[in-house]
This record gives sequence, structure tokens and C-alpha cells, in this order.
Amino acid sequence: MLDADFFRRWMTVTAASVDREADRLTALDSPIGDADHGSNLQRGFAAVRTALEKEPPTTPGAVLVQSGRLLVSTVGGASGPLYGTLLRRTGKALGEATEVDERQLAEALRAGVDAVMQLGGAAAGDKTMIDALLPAVDALGDSFAAARSAAEEGAVATTPLRARKGRASYLGERSIGHQDPGATSAALLIAALADAASGAGAGDE
Amino acid sequence: MSDGKTVGIVLVSHSATVAASVAELAKGLAGAGTAVPVAPAGGTESGGLGTSAELVSAAAASVDRGAGVAVLADLGSAVLTVKALLAEGDELPEHTRLVDAPFVEGAVAAVVTAAAGADLAAVEAAASEAYTYRKT
Repeated sequence: MLDADFFRRWMTVTAASVDREADRLTALDSPIGDADHGSNLQRGFAAVRTALEKEPPTTPGAVLVQSGRLLVSTVGGASGPLYGTLLRRTGKALGEATEVDERQLAEALRAGVDAVMQLGGAAAGDKTMIDALLPAVDALGDSFAAARSAAEEGAVATTPLRARKGRASYLGERSIGHQDPGATSAALLIAALADAASGAGAGDE
Repeated sequence: MSDGKTVGIVLVSHSATVAASVAELAKGLAGAGTAVPVAPAGGTESGGLGTSAELVSAAAASVDRGAGVAVLADLGSAVLTVKALLAEGDELPEHTRLVDAPFVEGAVAAVVTAAAGADLAAVEAAASEAYTYRKT
């Protein structure tokens, strides 16, 4: 079973990965975006980490709702409302339970991904975070490790795609050949699930 | 027509300068003496390009006179932030709507319509109708 501790670990491991990969995310965002994805997410997840340390919520749902709310208010770019909605809706779907199982998490995350698709209007293949999240949610029924591989493969598979959403879509054909920064950060979030489950990386940095 | 209360207008842009200038333009074109509350919410809190949920919430609260608030946004994170705040339920005043409208033309239409004492639905309709104004 997964308790509030696990979900706090998931967020702090994500914050650490975002710190580690911030320069890479911003570099990916340079040719097809406005070169702020890494620093924006870094600011957002730093706020999440600080809030979780100060006053840790006691249920899985509350951890994610609070984190999502903070991302909306601190990120400053489109990834704020998108990741904020993802976590908030996932958290709301988990309800008040003090522990949830992997299947409940998979279902809740699917509700979160649906909400992101509704908010941003993106579908699979539009070269967005959805291209990492959808395969991850599908694989989550198997294992966290499978979800991680699916998300990472999904992110890499955005490279040949032509962007249909966001600023990159204005580039048309020229968006082809670049891995999508949003799909890349989404893969970090999913990878952090596996790390949080194995206990690795928790509490470092 | 609403009962003496005026619809508030919030202009959300990636740029503080753009939001403030469009607010000034719309109020200027609406004519001197219009008492429509218009608040810009531009850029990030640190003054950079982007969107601040805090600035949007504060702007919406500042123009709420009880007749509703119409929010116009430029693009990307500005639109998504307003939508995420609306989905939250308690971050914006009651009867706040994101209006689907072109930013500059919609803002002018919204402020002029609100100045005439129109209700929120009429302000929204006028702003959206600005999409149909062709220039060639």
C-alpha cells in the first residue's frame, strides 16, 4: 500500500530530478520553446518541497492537491497549470484515503491525465507531455518500472513529431527533430514514482 | 442591464506592459468618466514574461463589484492559468468567466459594453463577437 509518506517522497524525488535535469530541460526548450522550462519547473517543485517539509499533509490525496495548487501558483509558464492540474486531479481522485494501492493510483493518474488533455486540448501525437503520460498510465498497471520505461520511450518518440500545441506549434515543420521538453519532464515525474517506491533518492539534496 | 453594478474586466497578458497598455487603451476608447473597473494582470510577480496566478486572483478580486468578472487572456500559460484557477473553484470571485475573445479588440468591446451597464453575458458576447471583425 502507498501512504502519504510515499507520495511526499514522490514529490521530493521529482524535485531533485528536476534540479538535476533543469539545464537539460531548458536546453530542450531553447530551439522550440522559450527556454524557461527547466527554471520554471525548478521554481515550482522547490516550492512544493518546502511546503511539504513545513507542513506535511497526512493523506496521499492531500499531498498531491497541495502540490498541484502550488505548481499553478509558482511556475509562471504553461507547465504550471498543466502539471498543477495533473497532480490536483489525481489527488482529488484519490479522495481522503490514508493509503491507496497501485491500481487506485493508476486510475487516479488516468483521471489526472484526462484533465490535462481537456485543459490543454492536446491529444496523443501532438508532441506534448501527453505523449509520455498516456503510455505511462497504460503501463502503470504492470509496475512502476514499466511505467517509467513507457514514459521515457514516449518522450524520446516525440522527436520526429511535428508540434501541434503551444508555442512550438508555430514552428510547424521546424519543430520536427527536437525532443519535447514537456514530455521529457513528464518522464522525470513518472521515473520518480519508481524511485520513491524503491526508496532510492528519497531525502537527498 | 444589471442593477447598477458594473461587470469587472481583468486583462491577463504574458507582459505587464501589454496588460497595462491594453487596459489603458480600452478605458480610453470607452470614453472619459467610465467607471468600469479594469485591472491588468501581466507577467510574473518578479516582472518577467509569463503568468502569475497570484496576480490574476488579486486583479479579479479588485474589480469584483458583484456583477461578475470577465477575464481576457492573451495565449498559452495566460489562458491555461485562468482555466486552472476556474477549475479550482475558490481562487476567483464568484461569476468569473474566461472570455473567448481576441485580446485587444475583445478588451475594448468588453469595457465599452460594461460601461453601458450590460451584464456579464452581454459583455462576454460583445468581446467574443470581436473575432468577427475583419480587417481586409
